[in-house]
Amino acid sequence: MSSLGKKYIMALSGLALVGFACGHMVGNLQMFLHPDWINEYAYKLQHLPYGLLWVVRIVMLTCVVAHMVTAVMLVIENYKARPEKYVAKANLQASFASRTMKYSGVILLAFIVFHIMHFTVQNIHPEFLHLETTLEGVGTIHHVYDKLLPLDRTTVHDVYSMVAHGFSLKFWYVSVFYIISMGLLCFHLMHGISSMFQSLGLRNDLWRKRLDRVALAAAVFVFIGFASLPLAGLLGIIEPITPLIASH
Amino acid sequence: MNLDAKVPEGSIEQKWTNAKFNYKLVNPANKRKYSVIVVGSGLAGAGAAATLGELGYNVKCFCYQDSPRRAHSISAQGGINAAKNYQNDGDSVHRLFYDTVKGGDFRSREANVYRLAEVSNAIIDQCVAQGVPFAREYGGMLANRSFGGAQVSRTFYARGQTGQQLLIGAYHSLSRQIGLGQVKMYNRHEMLDVVLVDGVAKGIITRNMVTGKVDRWAADAVVLATGGYSTVFFLSTNAAGCNVTAAWRAYRRGAGFANPCYTQIHPTCIPQEGEHQSKLTLMSESLRNDGRIWVPKSRETAAKIRSGEIKPSEVSEDERDYYLERKYPSFGNLAPRDISSRAAKEACDDGRGIAPTGFGVFLDFADAINRLGRDVIEERYGNLFDMYENIMGVNAYEQPMQIYPAPHYTMGGLWVDYDLQTSIPGLFAMGECNFSDHGANRLGASALMQGLADGYFVAPYVIGNYLGAEIPVGKAGKIDVNDPAFAEAENAVKEKIEKMLSIKGNSTPRSLHIELGKIMLEKCGMARDDAGLKEAIEQIKALREKFWSDLKLPGSADELNVELERAGRVADHLEFAELMCRDALDRSESCGGHFRTESQTEDGEALRDDEVFSNATVWEFKGLDQEPVKHVEKLEFDYVKPGVRSYK
Amino acid sequence: MSERNISVTLKVWRQKNASVPGAFEIYKVDSVSTSSSFLEMMDLLNEQLIEEDKDPIAFDHDCREGICGTCSMVIDGIPHGKKALQTTCQLHMRSFNDGDNITIEPYRSKPFPVMRDLIVDREPMDAIMQAGGFVDQRIGAAQDANALPISKEIADKSMDAASCIGCGACVAVCPNASAMLLTSAKVGQLNLLPQGKPEKDRRALNMVRAMDGAGFGNCTNIGECEAACPKGVSLDFIAKMNRDYAVASAKEFFGVVG
Repeated sequence: MSSLGKKYIMALSGLALVGFACGHMVGNLQMFLHPDWINEYAYKLQHLPYGLLWVVRIVMLTCVVAHMVTAVMLVIENYKARPEKYVAKANLQASFASRTMKYSGVILLAFIVFHIMHFTVQNIHPEFLHLETTLEGVGTIHHVYDKLLPLDRTTVHDVYSMVAHGFSLKFWYVSVFYIISMGLLCFHLMHGISSMFQSLGLRNDLWRKRLDRVALAAAVFVFIGFASLPLAGLLGIIEPITPLIASH
Repeated sequence: MNLDAKVPEGSIEQKWTNAKFNYKLVNPANKRKYSVIVVGSGLAGAGAAATLGELGYNVKCFCYQDSPRRAHSISAQGGINAAKNYQNDGDSVHRLFYDTVKGGDFRSREANVYRLAEVSNAIIDQCVAQGVPFAREYGGMLANRSFGGAQVSRTFYARGQTGQQLLIGAYHSLSRQIGLGQVKMYNRHEMLDVVLVDGVAKGIITRNMVTGKVDRWAADAVVLATGGYSTVFFLSTNAAGCNVTAAWRAYRRGAGFANPCYTQIHPTCIPQEGEHQSKLTLMSESLRNDGRIWVPKSRETAAKIRSGEIKPSEVSEDERDYYLERKYPSFGNLAPRDISSRAAKEACDDGRGIAPTGFGVFLDFADAINRLGRDVIEERYGNLFDMYENIMGVNAYEQPMQIYPAPHYTMGGLWVDYDLQTSIPGLFAMGECNFSDHGANRLGASALMQGLADGYFVAPYVIGNYLGAEIPVGKAGKIDVNDPAFAEAENAVKEKIEKMLSIKGNSTPRSLHIELGKIMLEKCGMARDDAGLKEAIEQIKALREKFWSDLKLPGSADELNVELERAGRVADHLEFAELMCRDALDRSESCGGHFRTESQTEDGEALRDDEVFSNATVWEFKGLDQEPVKHVEKLEFDYVKPGVRSYK
Repeated sequence: MSERNISVTLKVWRQKNASVPGAFEIYKVDSVSTSSSFLEMMDLLNEQLIEEDKDPIAFDHDCREGICGTCSMVIDGIPHGKKALQTTCQLHMRSFNDGDNITIEPYRSKPFPVMRDLIVDREPMDAIMQAGGFVDQRIGAAQDANALPISKEIADKSMDAASCIGCGACVAVCPNASAMLLTSAKVGQLNLLPQGKPEKDRRALNMVRAMDGAGFGNCTNIGECEAACPKGVSLDFIAKMNRDYAVASAKEFFGVVG
């Protein structure tokens, strides 16, 4: 595949991942509402029809793998293109973020694995699996339309409490790891989003500065959105509604 | 020596048309059987190689640079002339022809100049079609400017990088042919000799500058497009690698060398600062449109400026001598190159020079800045002011620029007939390395025009004609590099290299080159006289002795050896310089860039002697220890009557 | 013009030829006039080395006025030295201080092997050009130059790209040794102009393939090339080439490009 082809894959898979991250973040922010919001949202995601959940998961997984494999190929090729390194090193205008993409990328990958184990598979805290609650129907869409939906009084997995427990002061180091990782994601996106426009040829001299700012704004926005949860956990703003029952 | 110029029949307007019709053609199917060697990849070389390759000939192209795109044509800044008359200001082919003959001080061959003017328009068409991004107006049409004192706006330009853009255009075409396999390109190969088989050029000898390997190359015709010889002065505006070797080797093999004394000294260059200097940088002539040139009226003031006691801006108006405006009121600061240069030298010789070395005059923008504002000047010349500040460390918006003339272009070169063929059959010379179009002085923006005219529009006809007329198809491409002539030439080249390496003396090639440059600048530069030239010839001979007895070279012949390359070039310059002085001595008139102090009018202007010197002097090599034989080609002026070039 | 003499210490890469390993050597150069250019300082050092019966340092240079693109060294980690918009030959010693240590290395990249000392082989750049850096047009068969109006904006933009001098500093400075800037400058110059439009797709495809084939690294859009370019060729031409190549690849996939 041509060098540009690889760049397109990086850009397009990156675009899909950024889109996912934004959606994920907006979903997360429901944590700041009544627990029903996130619990019902999670319940609905889990019960999407036609196996859509797995479709999304597979698409995302494919994107992550494509992004990762291509990145590794690029790094190897780039390394080979300069067999002998310079002794004197200088940096002219490349941003810190752009020069550390491979490092931020690797750490993010580790984060994603941890995050899935933490909140999706829940094998880091198996006791999270047993958190259950009954939707009260407060303030959510299903409350407004409760006549139409059969969800009333359904018992669901208490995602709200799971997150609150996960980010509680007891596990402060987890929250700190999350916040640092989101900082790296912010760095990754600062260069990544602007780079995506460049790789796809979707910018010119007029739009370059503007798009760089858009990328910066989006990256910071994503950071604030994501980091606010572990931070809120650390500050005790979010508290679980279901206590944790030790499974062993 | 046969100096038949082969000027075609007919009126001047009909000559090229007639010639083209009468030239022999080579059948398209047979073209691939013929091989042509092109040496040099500048406008003329790359143009010729690409054109001939496109026609179907087997072409080999050689250059000493690491890529054909680096040839020195790239450095031309100002522009390229053409008689398009897009400005509707009265230009025509005939006017361009007239201006060029007059500008050359009536020392060029009319028929060649007319052809140059005639094809000038096709050059612009060709370059635009190639994708050369010439400057344009808002309506999408090509922009023009007036240049070098011409009275019409006929100069096409691409910012200050016209030469670069035209060369890259030719390089595009050449690259295409290389990609197609029609042209084989040999970078970092220096031509060191021409090979003649039975008196006809059949190949060349090169040295691979990376491995040191000496190779033989055979072809049905050889084209030299190897540029000029300004580096004989050591300090010039030319690239460090420019040299006379190819032309000189051709001369030594029997090609006539015409008018070697015609050199152009460009008036607006940055003066030399010290012994360490390797290059003189040209500042675009366009600066003279707004700058005023002056030196102090008194030597005392000049001395104070030199020592840094006073600043130039502190010199009062009535203390200043705007000498060009004083001497040439109608052209003023825009007087032609040769005249401006000489006037600067005169002022400095009078002890009124202002650079620390004593060789420099002021180019002052104070008036223009007062009149137009700094913004306007910045917009027009900002990049040049930046360049000046970078080299000199002086802000030219506050203090006047220092300038001094520097060797820039050489009008002399290998003698060629109308078909650009030298006096050796099968050996052609194109671009600056021939003598044909500029007479004794070249006008601004004409060098690019000539290079491309020769390469794109003359080469395909004249080479085809030579091959078609002289080499039967059965013999095409069948030259044997094992011929004794090749062996002899190769051995001569190797011997010279070995000899240079074996001297093991104390003088570096660079130091010898600097010494030669000093002699040439002083005695064969802007003003020449009988006594000085005779002295110079003796000094050059002595220096040549010194070279061959005291040269110090590091390294060996079979490696990348920059000093060895340099030494070979200096050795040829040391031989050539003598011929240049001889020619200058022989031509006891003043004309164009050649100024003999003995031949001037009462007020110090150049005085031509048309009775004796309305000709081209062509020298024939007879061995280093013997004087060259002088031949002349009489120049006839049927269409432009020689008159006095007056710019008063 | 306050000219003075300074001393500098150079750490220079020395390598006899492509097949033997090289190493750094340290040289001290005294009495360097601040008015001399960097290359003139190197000339001075070379004269000194020859005097001492040592091999002079081989370096590429030619026009010495910043246009031919021949000079190619990396000075303190930056091709053409620290001053922006300049080639090595335009760098002057007044940019340095007395006692400075200067590291001089050749361009480092796989496609540009070192031939000797600071001289590298840049032929792959020619190969990229031969793959499509031209307008497929017959010499002598052009229509009148003004028959094809080109707006000033387009002509100027094309000229911005055309100002590339092919020095390869972009490759040298890029952490990935990518040749995107110089390739895109040529693709951009010709693809912008109406003369280059008929072959727009083929050009983008062929030149990118030649570039990849030569072993250059991949672009990571970080912009070091733009900052090191002595002619200020913009990163935007890379974006344009990315766009042109994407369109051309799509067309090729559907069989529209021959």
